[in-house]
Amino acid sequence: MDVERKKTKIFERLQTVKDPEIPVISVVELGMIEDIVMHDDCILIKVLPTFLGCPAIDMIKDNLIQAVEAMGDRAEVEFIYAPPWTSDRITKEGREKLKKFGIAPPPAPPFRQGQWTVACPYCESLHTVLENVFGPAACRSMLYCKACKNPFEAMKPIFQKEREYHSCSK
Amino acid sequence: MTSKSSPEKVQLIEDKQALIELLYQLADDDFVLAFRGSEWLGLAPHIEEDIAFSSINQDTMGHAVLYYELLETLGEGKANVIAHERPASERRNAVLLELANGTGTYLEEPRFDWAFAVVRHYFYSVYKQEKLHVLEKSSFEPLAQLAANIQVELHYHVMHWKVWFQQLCLSGGEARKRMEAAIKQVWGEFAGVLSFGPIGDRMVKSQLLEAESAFHTRFIVEMKKIFSKVNVPYPGDPQMNSGDGRKGEHTGDLKAALATLSEVYDLDPHTVW
Repeated sequence: MDVERKKTKIFERLQTVKDPEIPVISVVELGMIEDIVMHDDCILIKVLPTFLGCPAIDMIKDNLIQAVEAMGDRAEVEFIYAPPWTSDRITKEGREKLKKFGIAPPPAPPFRQGQWTVACPYCESLHTVLENVFGPAACRSMLYCKACKNPFEAMKPIFQKEREYHSCSK
Repeated sequence: MTSKSSPEKVQLIEDKQALIELLYQLADDDFVLAFRGSEWLGLAPHIEEDIAFSSINQDTMGHAVLYYELLETLGEGKANVIAHERPASERRNAVLLELANGTGTYLEEPRFDWAFAVVRHYFYSVYKQEKLHVLEKSSFEPLAQLAANIQVELHYHVMHWKVWFQQLCLSGGEARKRMEAAIKQVWGEFAGVLSFGPIGDRMVKSQLLEAESAFHTRFIVEMKKIFSKVNVPYPGDPQMNSGDGRKGEHTGDLKAALATLSEVYDLDPHTVW
């Protein structure tokens, strides 16, 4: 099997690794997998952590390794911080899944600071209010829909201010 | 915890000691303040605040972990060990951040001062945002990357504390009086937060961050805007009334905090959690 095909297979496999706190969405759909590097003796998965104090991160690491090793390869996970993870890395499919789970997805890119309009994941109304930027997990905020009178959660928008990245090759 | 890459880049920094000193300051500041914040859990003015404050503390402790892990890659020992086992005299956090929340303890008669919490956390968040802004340009790339990542979370912290600060300051009556007292107390220690410490000039020389005086000036400009928004006259230069934490000078409050913080860890330091 050539390298590219193998990589694709691994990506498919990583689809089975879900966010421990939002079990409908995979780490691939969250945009956390930055790269897969094929070494002779192991497969290195480069992962962008989402929220820095997120307690799920170690669990995700173990689950990634298990998923790849179930295919018969040795795997390693490396967390990297460039580029920073931002909420607009979540894929279209991922955004749909969040919504079905009752979590409003973060605003679609391009997102501008101070312009967060959130549609209710249940009735689509824009008549919603932010109750608490901070929610039950680091990644979520709490909102209330004035139309269907449901409380709901939304993924907190995380965006990067303009910054020039010196890449690792510097 | 998360593994960090690229210890080989360390060679780019000529003055490794200055880099390590800076990282200890950043790590210890976040570590002890996240602990003080956590002591408020269940005691904050209302349940929404409990959630928000806990979330902020969780972020902040996460930032401390990243700095300790970076120190680990630089050969300082295991992150858990350097976080838990260093005595107060080796800590580099500013004294302001270690001070108890009030009288009593979390378990017994906690009479914590919410005004002090708001002012301490707000001023520290503003400071931290400015500092990260500088660190994003640091010559040590792994630190510059971390700073960029942490910065995006800080945005929400500043926003949160700003609301409390402005509303309490502008509400008059007892709230105003308590906020003024808290501002006086926090400002009386804030020079310790701003300080780069005894080898700060070497950090600057290694281009880890900008000159201390330039940083100081920029921060004061920001603070003057903040004071003027709530009609508080600028209280003059910040002071360092209770010692210079960057030199290892600390109060009894830090010793007590470390004992509490490490109580479970000390039961069996070799346990894998």
